[in-house]
Amino acid sequence: MKKLMSGNEAIARGAYEAGVTVAAAYPGTPSTEILENMVDYKEHIYSEWAPNEKVACEVAIGASIAGSRSLAAMKHVGVNVAADPIFTYTYLGVNGGFVLVTADDPSMHSSQNEQDNRYYAKFAKMALIEPSDSQEAKDFLKEAYKVSEQYDIPVLYRVTTRVCHSKSLVELGEREEFGFKPYVKRVDKFVATPANAKIAHGKLEAKLKALEEYANSSPLNTAEYNENTNIGIITASVAYQYVKEVFGEKASYLKLGFTYPLPMDMIREFASKFETVYVVEELEPFMEEQIKAAGIKVIGKELIPNMYELNPDIVAKALLGIETATKTVDTDVVARPPVLCPGCPHRGFFYTMSKKKNTVVAGDIGCYTLGGTEPLNALDSVICMGAGFSAAMGMAKSFEVTGRDTKVFGVVGDSTFFHSGITGAIDIVYNKGKMVPVVLDNSITGMTGHQENPGTGKTLMGEDTISLDPVDVLKAIGYKTVAVVDPCDLTAMNNVVDEAMNATEPYAIVTKRPCVLIKTLPPFKTKCEVVSDKCKKCKMCLKVGCPAISFKNGVSHIDQSMCVGCDVCMQVCKFDAIVKVGEQ
Amino acid sequence: MKETKNILLVGVGGQGIILVSKVLIAGLMKAGYDVKMSEVHGMAQRGGSVTTQVRFGEKVYSSIIGKGQADLLVSFEKMEAARWIEYLKPEGTVVVNNYEIPSMPIATMKAEYPQNVLEALAKEFKTVTLDAGQAAIEIGNIRTQNIVLFGALVKALGLNDIDWVEILKENLPAKMVDINIKAFQKGMEL
Repeated sequence: MKKLMSGNEAIARGAYEAGVTVAAAYPGTPSTEILENMVDYKEHIYSEWAPNEKVACEVAIGASIAGSRSLAAMKHVGVNVAADPIFTYTYLGVNGGFVLVTADDPSMHSSQNEQDNRYYAKFAKMALIEPSDSQEAKDFLKEAYKVSEQYDIPVLYRVTTRVCHSKSLVELGEREEFGFKPYVKRVDKFVATPANAKIAHGKLEAKLKALEEYANSSPLNTAEYNENTNIGIITASVAYQYVKEVFGEKASYLKLGFTYPLPMDMIREFASKFETVYVVEELEPFMEEQIKAAGIKVIGKELIPNMYELNPDIVAKALLGIETATKTVDTDVVARPPVLCPGCPHRGFFYTMSKKKNTVVAGDIGCYTLGGTEPLNALDSVICMGAGFSAAMGMAKSFEVTGRDTKVFGVVGDSTFFHSGITGAIDIVYNKGKMVPVVLDNSITGMTGHQENPGTGKTLMGEDTISLDPVDVLKAIGYKTVAVVDPCDLTAMNNVVDEAMNATEPYAIVTKRPCVLIKTLPPFKTKCEVVSDKCKKCKMCLKVGCPAISFKNGVSHIDQSMCVGCDVCMQVCKFDAIVKVGEQ
Repeated sequence: MKETKNILLVGVGGQGIILVSKVLIAGLMKAGYDVKMSEVHGMAQRGGSVTTQVRFGEKVYSSIIGKGQADLLVSFEKMEAARWIEYLKPEGTVVVNNYEIPSMPIATMKAEYPQNVLEALAKEFKTVTLDAGQAAIEIGNIRTQNIVLFGALVKALGLNDIDWVEILKENLPAKMVDINIKAFQKGMEL
């Protein structure tokens, strides 16, 4: 039976078919739906949202040591967070098979960089597998577990946005009842002391040699020869689909699914048959550099861009010089950047901060990154998960030691607070940072599409559990005052920010209001409306940056299909021109 | 059909594009086509410009297309049609919903909504304009706007030999089926 599946659904299915019993992840686009779909197999697989990627990775590693086939999944930058355990677990080797799924985001559709995580395989010394569509995303995972166990090594399973979020037909298979490998205490193998690690490193190098042999005959690496062509293309991942689209039968292909260690004998043999050999890979010249270092003549990044994702058009232009005919139209298209939703609880906080002089706001990764967009323009920095607090601390210290009078606010969301905000909050209170940490608690992990987190009272598998309150955590780690405020009550929000600016003892703010997109919330019964006669056209309401508000026929207008009645705009209107309608 | 057909659906986050692509693909699969589609998640969805690409034929490799390769561009919002028009083949067809959603620079009066989108499109491309919002209101639910556009999409593609009513029944919640069948038929007529 064939089923239409996204790459992420197919990976979850592959984990099921491969006999996986433990899976852990932290949500992040484009990886999120892997674990969301894993729940479909909850009778067989324990799966969890961990507070961050490092924890997720360690949970999966522990399960592997205990004898399960296990999986950890994360977006590319999540692997940076999880790097520490990975670099040691490659030395130790596995008991049950261990696969780390990295979902890279070429073109940065929803990311802060487009790092090519294939280098992690080489850097940490683990096997690398790259599927090119949903069928392979499922099938290759089964081979990944065999490789992991047979060669006693973790496997990096690299997918990209267009593998994760493209749908194609998948032939389903049965679950292999792997069960578990017995757990045997092995201090020499699993205790990474320097003495053990020295021995382990030597073994790891031997495993990589053996894996190169495997790569040369792996079922994941295949040559497709076509007659009457002098062009050979070495390719992997989704780039394979693009070159097939462009060249069809006019080239021969070496399609690599197992890409570290590279099958260099196979590559050498393939390359020897053609006048021209291209290496087509997205982002960095990961394969190309190694192939060239082995003395094989190929053409790669001389022609193929090393930035942004590829597509058939880019490949055709780069390799064949084909310019696709296009036409434009004569009109001025205006940008449409993403914005905070109508009724978003973050709006009240960022509107308040946009009015404060002599302040700096360090932001973080989540919906609230959008607080930095026009017209709110209320962020000074966004780096990575957790930096909302700790980079803010560094800024505050810099201002302090150099005698500058600027007040720093650091912002993280509830899920980010549990992810890596807590350590920053401890640093601030421990090292006497003269700054204000702010948790924007909207009761959910928002940007990635509403995943549970330690504050929501539910687990990924749908069980009730503890609901950790950032307020309690902040108090426990030493904040004398933790102000709790509804961010959409602008007077209260403003008062709290003023109080924080003047506080002499550790002071933190937690804004509390649920994300308006949470489906279980009671329906919004009120909306805001403009009384046209009263509108003085002052445009104050436009400054809150609500997508429901625009000027129509010279006065302010609120789109009734979008408004949820948060009334932030009503509060900023000085002329009572905005009123609440509907059931109060 | 040997040749792979490419459809690009564009609009603004929250307009129901994903549902349309889901129904479309279900029908194409039933008709025996190989199908691939690609969609955008995450940051871009928050009121930003969104796209979904659907490709179908005998054997489809890439799930995405480049500029100048779409046979059909269906735009759920007027200005978005102009934003993505370069992806349409010069001889392709654009189906455009005459419905404006101001983006933030427009809402905050930093820029103006372009006035001549429909004329500019029609000058260069085979353009089908419809007022799916009005049609949906007449049917009784503004939220069926996406299925009105789906009707127009099916008509533009000429995929009449697929039983779309049956496909709608299979892919929509039971209580939403009747009104959406009306919306689909309306889209076919417009």
